[in-house]
Formats: sequence, structure tokens, C-alpha cells
Amino acid sequence: MRYFPSSDEDVRALLAAAGVKGVADLFASIPSEARLKEPLAVPPAVPEPELRERFVSRSIRNSSASCRPCFLGAGAYDHYTPAAVDQLLLRSEFYTAYTPYQPELAQGTLQAIFEFQTMMADLTGMDVSNASLYDGGSATAEAALMAHRIHKGRRVLVARSLHPAYREVLRTYLRHIGLTVEEIPFGPDGRLDLGALKGRLDAEVCAVLVGQPNFFGVAEDVRAIASALPQERRPLLGVVVSEALSLALLEPPGRQGADIVCGEARSFGLPLGYGGPYLGFMTTRQQHMRQLPGRICGQTVDADGRRGFVLTLTTREQHIRREKATSNICTNEGLCMLAATVYLSLVGRRGLRELAIQNLSKAEYLKAKLGEKGVRPLFAAPTFNEFAVKLSAQGPKASEAAYAADLLGGYDLSRDYPELAGGHLLCATERVSKAACDRMADVLGGLS
Amino acid sequence: MSHVIEEKLIFEKDHPGRTGASLPACDVPKADPASLLGPLARREAPALLPELSEVDVVRHFTRLSTYNYAVDMGLYPLGSCTMKYNPKINEEVARLEGFARLHPMQPESLTQGALEVMATLQRHLCAVSGMDACTLQPSAGAQGEFTGIQLIRACLEDKGDARRIMLIPDSAHGTNPASAHFAGYEVEEIKSGADGCVDLAALSARMRPDVAGIMLTVPNTLGIFEKNIAEICRLLHANGSLVYVDGANLNALMGITRPGDWGADVMHINLHKTFSTPHGGGGPGAGPVACKAHLEPFLPKPVLVQREGRYAWDHDRPKSIGKVQAFYGNFLILVRALAYIETLGGEGLKRASELAVLNANYLRAQLQPLLKLGFDGPTLHEVVFCDKELPNGVTTLDLAKRLIDYGFHPPTVYFPLIVHGALMIEPTETEPMEELDRFVEAVRAILEEARDRPDLVKSAPHTAYRRRLDEVAAARNPRLTYKP
Repeated sequence: MRYFPSSDEDVRALLAAAGVKGVADLFASIPSEARLKEPLAVPPAVPEPELRERFVSRSIRNSSASCRPCFLGAGAYDHYTPAAVDQLLLRSEFYTAYTPYQPELAQGTLQAIFEFQTMMADLTGMDVSNASLYDGGSATAEAALMAHRIHKGRRVLVARSLHPAYREVLRTYLRHIGLTVEEIPFGPDGRLDLGALKGRLDAEVCAVLVGQPNFFGVAEDVRAIASALPQERRPLLGVVVSEALSLALLEPPGRQGADIVCGEARSFGLPLGYGGPYLGFMTTRQQHMRQLPGRICGQTVDADGRRGFVLTLTTREQHIRREKATSNICTNEGLCMLAATVYLSLVGRRGLRELAIQNLSKAEYLKAKLGEKGVRPLFAAPTFNEFAVKLSAQGPKASEAAYAADLLGGYDLSRDYPELAGGHLLCATERVSKAACDRMADVLGGLS
Repeated sequence: MSHVIEEKLIFEKDHPGRTGASLPACDVPKADPASLLGPLARREAPALLPELSEVDVVRHFTRLSTYNYAVDMGLYPLGSCTMKYNPKINEEVARLEGFARLHPMQPESLTQGALEVMATLQRHLCAVSGMDACTLQPSAGAQGEFTGIQLIRACLEDKGDARRIMLIPDSAHGTNPASAHFAGYEVEEIKSGADGCVDLAALSARMRPDVAGIMLTVPNTLGIFEKNIAEICRLLHANGSLVYVDGANLNALMGITRPGDWGADVMHINLHKTFSTPHGGGGPGAGPVACKAHLEPFLPKPVLVQREGRYAWDHDRPKSIGKVQAFYGNFLILVRALAYIETLGGEGLKRASELAVLNANYLRAQLQPLLKLGFDGPTLHEVVFCDKELPNGVTTLDLAKRLIDYGFHPPTVYFPLIVHGALMIEPTETEPMEELDRFVEAVRAILEEARDRPDLVKSAPHTAYRRRLDEVAAARNPRLTYKP
């Protein structure tokens, strides 16, 4: 076996030196009634050339976004990743390293985390960031838990327009610790219903969580939501960003009154990957820094006074505080964090804005083309690179028609919102061409 | 070392006018953000991101990479972390476009290949663990623990009695109590006996109706197999409680013994430990949960099923605990883990565990004349020493930092908490004998230094990119972002 350096002779020498007769004796401490009596029911070893073929054949039984233009968003957006990103991720020094507990041997990873934290804090308009969380779903849940630790109230209000899967993760995380989750409806324009929000606020509300843009692609008026919150026992406003590219264009949520910004930064240089691994993130104000979940990197000096970086504020964490920790998270999404840092460094401040404008432009073009074919937006509020339309046909039919025209169609909103029958969510990134948009408009125009 | 080039922060290298990415030409009319989005589009300042060429960025991160230590450079003996070699073919197959560019919301008819990967991996993980069902959704070990404890809770609630207490040995990893807490349980610590195992009599006395279950790491963080495991399972079950196994140390057991056969109800498996997926400098990992049939109705949704020979997602799961991840799990990590399992096959997996335990016992025998064991009992894949015989006030931390100068990553230190000044060493099966010998010689040399020149050890490391870093100052005055 090529991953095992020990030859038969080595094994004999190792056994002799360990004072053990045979390999079986190494396991003498396992009672015999606990032993597996038969061979493991896993098929025999596959040689590398055959293994590769097997995976190629599995991979081509999928029809991915590399086969046809992708108009699916719904929390995962098809952006181009420069080749340099993955080449750097393939540096063994990064991907075969552990969490940087020994900082003198991990300054590469730690400096990258420090750069990531700086970028995310800046993009979201906040003071501090952690080193990553699992994904947008668990980041949403962690934001609610953090708000509860700070505020102590036990009610969490969440916009019904927030990503449905994130809301499900939120419910799973909050179910057993005495916090309730209540949904705030959206208004006819697709934005949070401010009147409904105000009606639900009281001193027990610790968090108000909204998507920006929300699941319908609609840009929320975060300032208006922030000013709807009471001054007395003010709940924390958590803004959940599932399309991080929008941060290049929209006013940073931190400047609009958000207390926690969290979500999904997969758009920054990571593959769609059938849903994972993705990149959860969280930023907040300085005053709440000690309530953040997860790893945090801080600047310090070494014995010679030179700048260096370490994991810090570790008394929040499970390996020190055990059941009193701010979160149970240990392994996070280190390499995904590195991908985002490399991606943002390559694209740069002008490039990111230009890319965001291209996304907005593509979506607006598609919206206009659909309008020409009689397919109208479901909501009037402004959108970024994703928007909902109203179809008379059923969602699966739209998807099939798109596929027949060599397109990956949109998302059927009625799956999660029975009240939005015929609602269809479409996304247009820089990767879809004008011609593909025209074709999609023809397909959906032909249905309604 | 003075010849090492200092790499500035990326922001300090900003060079306006440079670009590192080639954007597509925009083939539709350019939209005007201000008119479309109005005041919402008001970013007061451009992002702090640098402007650099591709060359600048590649050199920056390549330089940073040289400040890291990694498995591909040598022994990385972190106990309970299983820093085994990360096979290269796994990286290649996970990057195939049919996987990498697959959208999670695509209909199942377009994702059959991916679903086959997941179904096959689930089957193999059930075979290795002796369990009946499996979810691949948890993103890492701690999320697996949280999921598994939620399954226990859902099952007990379904019977009308959620109970209150989760028992956890004092040798457990910190994620265990934290995960149990977030699943709504009070944690009660149980003391390890003199042999490092659970004290059966004490456990037996604790069997009262408020106990929901126990979380056991097997082998435990001392590397010791819980010899009474079958009896522990019987005790808990007789009390109406369930048994959770933390699979962090599964690398000692593959093909040898299976938690499902002991009577355990549920466990998580760290694919980034036992199944060779890279640790990535702190993730992404994957923490699948395997369980017995009686917990299957509560698994996170959707659940992968087969209908008329096709794979499909079943969302109609009324007893499910819900979702723990937005989609289906860290799929590209799952691809790597399956590639590893298929590469090794059943016999190869067993051989991996045998060689991992052999390497650990070899190191134990070689180091025993030099260091004092934390516990005397037989150990499997890892061994824990204490700081009792360190001379001249040299600490575990000093020894660890001095190992850096000898070209090694230090072992896990000061854990488990029940061993004073613990040094927890796990070599894994992918280390050659000569690398283990080199490590033993380094420890021997450092102990000599500790006797003759203790200051040299106390001020280590001397040859790394940085000398010892001031963690206290970092926490006292936190600087978490770059300020221009």
C-alpha cells in the first residue's frame, strides 16, 4: 500500500522494538467479545488508475454548471474563480497543516486569517471578524446564540424572506436551549414587513435576523429596519448575507445599524461543490468581540519584538471553557477562508466593484428581457443579481423547459413558500452571456 | 533566522493601478447602481482590498506558505488529531468539474453521480462503525457531536422523557461538553479511574432516571481502550439511557472492533482524521454521524433514498431534527473520503489501524526510558506522557517549542487535562520508522539540553520564522484587523 511506508521487515523490527509478538497482540486490551470476527464489509482495494476512471465516470453522470449556463442561485452563486486561487490552495504547506495552535510554525496560516478578518470587517462595515464558521446556515444560528448571550432575551425574530435552509438550521440549533424562533412576514414589495416587525417587538426579543439581499434577491432597507428597533433593551440586528459579492456594491450593513453581520462567503473563490464545503463568516462591533464564536486571530510580537500572529481570545472557546464556551465549534473552514483571501486579493477593490456591477447588469438585462416576453417580477423592490418572477406554469415544468434549451433553470419558490405559487427565482452572474439570458427569456416567455 | 524574507501584510503591498484578475467583458448594457439601488448602493469608501498583480498575490501567499509546517514536510504527531498523509489522487478527483461545479439546488435527475458517491460512502461508514444508518450533513466533528446528541434527545422526547443529564468523562475533548450543552443538556463530569478508564462502580451508582446518555471517546484521549465498554452500554440501556461514541480516535479500530457491535447507539466520524481528508489549516472537515436503526427516523433531513433504482432526497421526515447545514454536507470532502476508502479497501483500512497502533506502541517503547507515562495501561494509536521527569524547571511547553528547532511539529500539549503537563503523541500509520527514530533522538537530545543548558530549551524556538509569540499580550490588547 503506497500510503504505508512500513515494509514487512520494518513491521517485524517495529514489533520487536515495541516488545510485541505479533500485530494481533497490539490489540490485547480490546476484550475478545468486542472484536470483529469477520473481515470488514468494504470491497477490495482499487488501483489508482481505475479509481480515477471510476470517479470520472461518477462525475460525468452529473450535469453541472460546466455543461450549461446556470441561472440557479438560491444561496449558491456561480462565479468564476481565477486559476491562481486553487494553485495556491494546493500548496501542501497550507492544506496539509493543522489548526494553528503552535503559532511559531503556522505564521502563514495565521497571517492569512488576519488578512481575511481585515477584509471581512471592512466589507461588512464592522470592527472585528472571526476566522470563519461552517456555512451561512450555522452562521445564522451562531448569530442568534451570540445575540442571546449579549441581550439575554429569549425571543428570536427572523425574516420569513431569509434563506429557508438557514431558517431550518437556526431552528435546529435553538430548539433545546429555551429560545423561540418567530417569523416576520414580507410585504408586497418583497421586503421585511416593518409594521409586522414593530408589532412583535418587546423586551424579550434578543435578535432580529434579516437576509441582505434576502432569499428573493431583494435588497432590504437595513437602515429602516434598524431604526424600527426600540432604544430600550434594543435587540441585536443580525444581517445575513448569502451572496457576499453584494457587499461590493451595497452600503456595508455595519454602517446601517447592524450589530452582527454573518452569512456565506462562498462566492469569493470557492466551487459550487454540490453544497459544500462553503465559508461561513461573522463580523461584529468591537464591544461584542468577546462573544464571537469560533477562532479569532490577533496581532502580537515575538520574543524579539517582531510582528506575529496568534489565535487569541481563546477563553471563549470549548477547549478552555468546555460547556460554558460561546460555541462548540472547533475545526472551521480554514482552507476556504484562505481561498477567499486569495480571491479578494486578486480581484482587488476596483475589480470586486466592477464584478458586482456586471452581476447587477446581467440580472437587470434578464429582468428586462423577461418583461418584454410578459414575464413580470414578483416583487417591486430593487434586487442585486437574483430576482423572482411570476410564472403561470409549475416550477418543475420551467426547470425542464430550461434544461431542454441547454440551460440550468431557476428555483421554484413554491417549494418553500406555498403562498408564492408560480414564483420562480432566477440568478444571473458574470458567467451567463447575453445570448443565454435571451434564451432563458424565450423559454420562460413561452411558458406563461 | 535573518535570511528569511519578511512578508508584509497584503494591504501594505497595495499598488494602485495593478490588477490580479481578468474579468469577462460585459456583453449587456452596464447598469447604474445609484439609479437602480438608490441610497442602498452608497458604499462610503471602496473596499480596503489591495490592488496587486497576479504575480504579487501568488508570491505573497507562496511566501506565507513557507512559514508553515505541514504533514507533507514530516511527522505531525498531534494526539487525537490523526495527522495522516493526505493522498494526492483525492485532491484530483474532488476537483473534477462534474463535482466541483455541481449546484446544490439542481434536480436529482442531474446529480445521480454525486448521490452515488454519497450513498456509497454512507454504506462504507456503516460497515466500519457497525451502524445501520448514516447522515453526511455535519460539517465537522463538533457539529457531528451536536447532531448525534440531538438524535438522542429527539429519541427520548419521542418516548416522552427527554431527561436532563449528559455524562462525560473528565478525559473528554472540550467539544463534548460544549455540544451537549447546545443540545440542551446539563453536563456531569465522571472521573476516570486509576487505569484511565471509566469507573464502573461509580457509573453504576449514577444510573438514575435523569441520565439521558453518556459521551465516550473510544479509545479515549489517553489512547486506552474502554475495556468495560460492553458493560457500560448495558448499564446505560438498562437505565433507559443512550450511548454516544466520539469517533475522533476511530483510526485505532477499523476492521478490529466496531462501536455498533458494543451496543453504542450513535457516533460521529471525523473524515479529516481517520479518512485522510486534509486538515486545511483548520478545516474544512466533515463529521458524518452513524446510528442504529432506532435513531434513523430522527436523522437530519433530507435523507438520501433509492426509488426505482434512482437516488433521491427524501424531505418528508416528520421526526427529523431538521437541518444542521444549509445543503447536504461538505460534499467535496466526502468525495475525498470515498476515494481513500476505495483506494485502501476493507483489508487496507484494517492495515491502516494496525500500523497506526504499531507506530504508536513503537514510539511509546522508545520514549518510555526518557519520559514518564501519564497512565501505565496498554495504549492503542496514541500515548500520553506527563512532565514529571523534566529537569531544571523545563516545562512541557518548552519541550514542545524546542522540538520545532529539531524540525518537528510538537505533539498535543496540556491535554488531556487529567495528565499533568501532558504530551499527547499520535504518529499515525503513514510515518516511516526512520522518521519516528529521528523524533525519539530529538526528544533525547532536548532532555540532555534541559539538564545541561536549560535556558536554550526555555527560550525555544530559535530557528522558526518567529520566536516565541506573546499570547498574553495578544489577548490583553486585541488587535484583530489591520489599521492603515
